[in-house]
Amino acid sequence: MTKQAAGISAQTRWLILAIIAVLALGSVTVYAVQAFGRYQARTTGASAAQITDKLHDGNRIVFRNTAMGQGYGQIASVAIAEPQGPRELSQTVCDRVDATTEYISCMRTQRGIPTTFETRILDAQANTVVEWPLPGVPSRTRISEGGLVATTAFVTGHSYATDSFSTETVIKSVQGQDFGNLEDYSIFIDGQELTAVDRNVWGVTFASENKFYATVASAGKTWMVEGNLAERRMNSVIQNAECPSVAPDHSKVAYKKRRAQSGLAHWDIAVLDLKTQQEIILPLEQGFDDQLEWLDSQTLLFGKPRTGSTGDSDVYSVKTTANSQPQLFIKDAWSPSVVRTTG
Amino acid sequence: MYLSLSDWTSRKASGADRAKTVAFKASPTVIALGIVSMLTDISSESVAAVLPLYITGALGLSMVAYGFFEGMNQSISSVVRIAAGYAADRSNKPKPIAVAGYGLSMAARIGLLFATGFGGILAVIGLDRIGKGIRTAPRDAMIQQASQPEHLARSFGVHRLLDTVGATIGPLLAFVVLMLVPGDYRMVFVVSLAAAVLGVAVLALLVPNRKLVQEEVAEDRGEESSRSVPRPKFRELVRGPLGKVLLAAGFLGLLTIGDGFVYLALMEHGQLDAMWFPLLFVGANLFFLSFAVPLGRIADKTSRAGVFVLGHLALALAYVCAGAGGSLLFLICALALLGTFYAATDGVLAALAGQLAPHGATSTAIGAAQTVVAVARLFASTGFGVLWIFLGSTNAMLIAAALLLLLVPVAWRLLLSKRKEPESTLTS
Repeated sequence: MTKQAAGISAQTRWLILAIIAVLALGSVTVYAVQAFGRYQARTTGASAAQITDKLHDGNRIVFRNTAMGQGYGQIASVAIAEPQGPRELSQTVCDRVDATTEYISCMRTQRGIPTTFETRILDAQANTVVEWPLPGVPSRTRISEGGLVATTAFVTGHSYATDSFSTETVIKSVQGQDFGNLEDYSIFIDGQELTAVDRNVWGVTFASENKFYATVASAGKTWMVEGNLAERRMNSVIQNAECPSVAPDHSKVAYKKRRAQSGLAHWDIAVLDLKTQQEIILPLEQGFDDQLEWLDSQTLLFGKPRTGSTGDSDVYSVKTTANSQPQLFIKDAWSPSVVRTTG
Repeated sequence: MYLSLSDWTSRKASGADRAKTVAFKASPTVIALGIVSMLTDISSESVAAVLPLYITGALGLSMVAYGFFEGMNQSISSVVRIAAGYAADRSNKPKPIAVAGYGLSMAARIGLLFATGFGGILAVIGLDRIGKGIRTAPRDAMIQQASQPEHLARSFGVHRLLDTVGATIGPLLAFVVLMLVPGDYRMVFVVSLAAAVLGVAVLALLVPNRKLVQEEVAEDRGEESSRSVPRPKFRELVRGPLGKVLLAAGFLGLLTIGDGFVYLALMEHGQLDAMWFPLLFVGANLFFLSFAVPLGRIADKTSRAGVFVLGHLALALAYVCAGAGGSLLFLICALALLGTFYAATDGVLAALAGQLAPHGATSTAIGAAQTVVAVARLFASTGFGVLWIFLGSTNAMLIAAALLLLLVPVAWRLLLSKRKEPESTLTS
């Protein structure tokens, strides 16, 4: 009854299928064995970075260690004076970190079925102070001197769900206060209340224990907003500005600025002087995509995935003066955070 | 209960009574197509589950732009779906088109192994969605062609059962792989590619390349055989019973807000940790695959349109459960009803559209019905987002449930109002 394609019998078809199945499953097995070997080498071999047991106290940079070998993914720190020098590892594995002298905010992925995510707050002795679940993939975190913690997670739906993507940004405190989801705050763009529902908020930076800056997106546009925790309100400051970062003296904000071009997103660095409202743009040939961190009043840090490698990244520094280009600052590092114990 | 829509049928009389007398025999083609879908869903869902992690974690890219492309992909997929259905009808051979669709998604998996930039990833995802759009309607037409007409919905139920098994296994498999070799996303992609290759191989080797319309008369008049395949006319599609089905599926779809919202509403009650969120999908799927065949069977024995319409009642009740309570009972009730809704509507709609399709337009009709539903649901989730923001999750859920409860009788009247004489406008 069935008209099969000429020439090939049912038996041959099953044979071909069996061969394809054996080849496919065999390749998977071979690859799996190799992958497991690589994983072993990556996590149990000697670290590609120089490790020290104890750093001297003082100003340091806390980051995620991405050097292959033991300690991969763990929180690490180096002395500001010697960023390429030996690093001290802490046992906790994090995707994003931000630190003050007292606490470390650590956004982490928990492997399992299903994979879950959480925010864990550690004290200076690396003990867990508090933790809470995150609704999605860790993206950005900032912690204030007083213990306010902001986290941004990518909430992704299943491919069958139509609303497949958004960010969720919440602010909580180490002491247990919950300031809620920033999407629920009143948002004003150039004085007009934003009523659109396609709003997304991400990338918080704290200017005080009440004032913060963040990114608001709606209808394909982005704004940097200045937020007030007590009033649960955010007002736009400037358009096309993402992932702000307040300078240590609170006089400037550095952020990502999207280049006007079709096709793929390309971000340059921009710095806004909050008094004069003057914006300086630092064009980056290769672009970048991270929340900037101020090393000092004239230098910014950011992480960048290493081209051609999966899972490794480096931290670069760039001066805020015109025409400066990024320099490699810490090799095999991600999510830098500057901790100043003095001044 | 005697329901008349099953008597509207065109060439293949499939009265509800016949479903009781003719013994059900699962077609090998339907089972083979089910296994193809199962393998393909294992392939696509394992990737979908880890893609956000891969893009942000391993590649270190921001996902903000990803959201905008999602909407675009959905639209491309819908348009491609009708076009592929139409092409399958025109050529009268759905299999090569289905192979092209599955093959394109397989090619996307190979691309994923090498794509490192954001642009590469987007291109690969786009390719996968186009493949999904191409394959759906021709595949459903093949299922219809291979099924006993009196057990059409049950056959689709068998297919959707296997399909959903794949969609459930996929993410679990991905998480198991990442537990064994943390951070090795490429391992997930390799597993996914292997599943896709097997899926295409089963389709190419085990599914017969049948014609949709058999050329009874033209067989001995060689020179006219190419003209004996009627060209599907869109005008015919929207007339008569099929048009009513498209209309009803469209306005019911406008209140099908997407499972994501139902899960979110359940989470809002605060009874569950965020970590359980992905498992809600698994829970609903388990109910879907358990009920797919039994509900298809009931649809064949009573009325496909009836089960399709009443399935939306289950959806409305799922909204009520999701909106109402934070207890475990409401949670299970919402997931069970959501699974019931999919079991009662997904395969049944394809069976209904295939059954009512004008001669030679099966594939186009099924593609059209699925596109109407997909587009309506896109509007629904956007509109519901507004309700959610302004009224909160509970109120929004209850309003959606109330509107749906109002529309169900309207759809019932439209599709099932009793007629003295069974319509027979669809002469072939």
